[in-house]
Amino acid sequence: MDFLHQFVQQLINGVSLGSIYALIALGYTMIYGIIKLINFAHGDIYMVGAYIGFFAITRAGLSIVPALLISMVVTGILGMIVERLAYKPLRHAPRISVLITAIGVSFFLEYASMYFVSPTPRTFPEVIPSVAFNVGPFIVNGQQMLIMGITLVLMLILTYIVQKTKLGKAMRAASFDVETAQLMGINADRVISFTFCIGSALAAAAGVLVGVYYNSIDPLMGIMPGLKAFVAAVLGGIGILPGAVAGGIILGVIEALVSGFISSTFRDAAAFAILILVLLFKPSGIFGKNTREKV
Amino acid sequence: MFFSKKLRLASAVLGVAMLSTVFAGCGGDSGSSDEFKVGANIEMTGNQANYGNAGLEGLRLAIKEANEAGGINGKQIKLVEADNKSESAEAVNAATKLISDDGVKVIVGPAVTANVIAESQVATDNKVPVIAFAATNPDVTVENGAVKPYIFRSCFIDPQQGTVMAQFASKELKAKTAVMYIDSSSDYSKSLGKVFQETFEAAGGKVVMQESFLAKDQDFKAALTKIKAANADVIFIPAYYEEVGKIVKQAREIGITATMLGTDGWDDPKVADIAGASALNNTYFSTHYFAEDPGAKSFIDSFTKEYGHAPNVFAALGYDAGKLLVDALKRAGSDDPEAIRKAIEETKDLQVATAKVTMDPATHNPIKDAIIIENVDGKYVFKSRIAPSK
Repeated sequence: MDFLHQFVQQLINGVSLGSIYALIALGYTMIYGIIKLINFAHGDIYMVGAYIGFFAITRAGLSIVPALLISMVVTGILGMIVERLAYKPLRHAPRISVLITAIGVSFFLEYASMYFVSPTPRTFPEVIPSVAFNVGPFIVNGQQMLIMGITLVLMLILTYIVQKTKLGKAMRAASFDVETAQLMGINADRVISFTFCIGSALAAAAGVLVGVYYNSIDPLMGIMPGLKAFVAAVLGGIGILPGAVAGGIILGVIEALVSGFISSTFRDAAAFAILILVLLFKPSGIFGKNTREKV
Repeated sequence: MFFSKKLRLASAVLGVAMLSTVFAGCGGDSGSSDEFKVGANIEMTGNQANYGNAGLEGLRLAIKEANEAGGINGKQIKLVEADNKSESAEAVNAATKLISDDGVKVIVGPAVTANVIAESQVATDNKVPVIAFAATNPDVTVENGAVKPYIFRSCFIDPQQGTVMAQFASKELKAKTAVMYIDSSSDYSKSLGKVFQETFEAAGGKVVMQESFLAKDQDFKAALTKIKAANADVIFIPAYYEEVGKIVKQAREIGITATMLGTDGWDDPKVADIAGASALNNTYFSTHYFAEDPGAKSFIDSFTKEYGHAPNVFAALGYDAGKLLVDALKRAGSDDPEAIRKAIEETKDLQVATAKVTMDPATHNPIKDAIIIENVDGKYVFKSRIAPSK
């Protein structure tokens, strides 16, 4: 395999991995955009989504699309419940308290699932035959195409909701300034609740897709992707939706290229080095505008 | 109310104490010269209990068989069992109890490396030989380069599997080039990789690439794409089943057809669940024991008859330790610990459930074959049996 060939193959690997990061990063960024909370439990919501999808497929015998939808709905509701119970009572508390609560929720979800579904990894049944397509000299897997396809569809739906619907307008207004939005008659609590719902549903979709693609899920599977998606959100500019998508895909591609052309040992180091570099040189991220705090 | 509770507690404690004196007295009385007393320091409870209890079942069977066959020079073997609760500190307590209260002359167990290492000081101080049946870490029997005189084991050590797979790759598969894909978060994986490379290159092969991953990784495609480009004859992946399953699956998806090799971490049905049976074709791994191995047949039959379920690998290893001990007691001819120690050290060509073993006096590790299993359409197929090179 020559260099160019390998390069393109790594790009394909990177984009499919990056699509997953992007789906999780969207939830991070939406929640941050509105209540300025880094929801560290987001990676675990993704794990719960994967398990709901798993049980929908194995116990209820559903096929992939209904299982995906059920998982998104149930996990979306779970996201709303988490927000209602853990974050809403702290709406006017210092941000550090909410952040610590988020870490607590994260541990709670991890170890509660470990108790209920046991720490042994589960294997997803093969719901989509894994077909490899040879596009010229390159190999694209059917499941990779599914991941990229579903990610794209979900992003289009999200864009539509945020840009065209009344609720989306309310979300955008709340992300500028929650209090002013309330003065304009927007029910901020409902908007926040809805944001958690959408963010969690996207994470659930990512969880189910990961389960189908990598074929194995376990209660601690959300930790690393959660952190990586956080890096992706910061890279793209936290609070900015297209930024999360771009950040996710860029991160996926960088990881693939680092593993492919330098060494797989440095892959995670590279991902977190990016976080440090972004925070040092352009804390607002790729898509962010430099805003100065007015004194 | 309060007093009565306290009183009840006190009487319960007293009762237990009396009961234990009765038992201890019992042991003391029958511990005369017509019995060999053997201790078993086992993880019966706690999080390593599944290893300990399986091993104990195997050990009990070996002792029972020896007693039914007439014992040692007409004397019966008495197994005194102690629970170490899967904790190192408790392993020391259990060993102390076995040696000073029960007066055992030799101890089998514990199962897990850390517990054996904790126990070894007490055993050495009291000059009581120990046979560890499943602790595969090299440090169990050797300390600062010197062998611990009273500590033995009856299973092979981790690095041996690296040697075995390297020999298998170069001799049987005629591989010239290899890639190693190592779990850099695990000592097990790293030490196996190191030994594999040394042996493979000494046999004239070349390790052309080494890549690494971390336990719990999901996506291996980037590194695998690079490994594919290296186009080596074999890929050596010493890791645990969860990652192994994903690696094999993704490797086949991106079109890697090379032979993949692994170690006993692969010995789990989950690998086939995750990777899929057809992806696993053309892979081999080394392990202690193979259920359909003709040499193990009589053990499996009698074990299944005794307990009503098939033995796992730990039961086989516990049985091996029992066989090794019985053989040593026969040759020692007395229950003098020094004579037993010497007899264990001189074990030669003894047939146990998993293989034929000879004790290496320099390391107190048994010289014994490893089994290589091939995955064929989701089933384990016996491939070969490789003796370690000295």
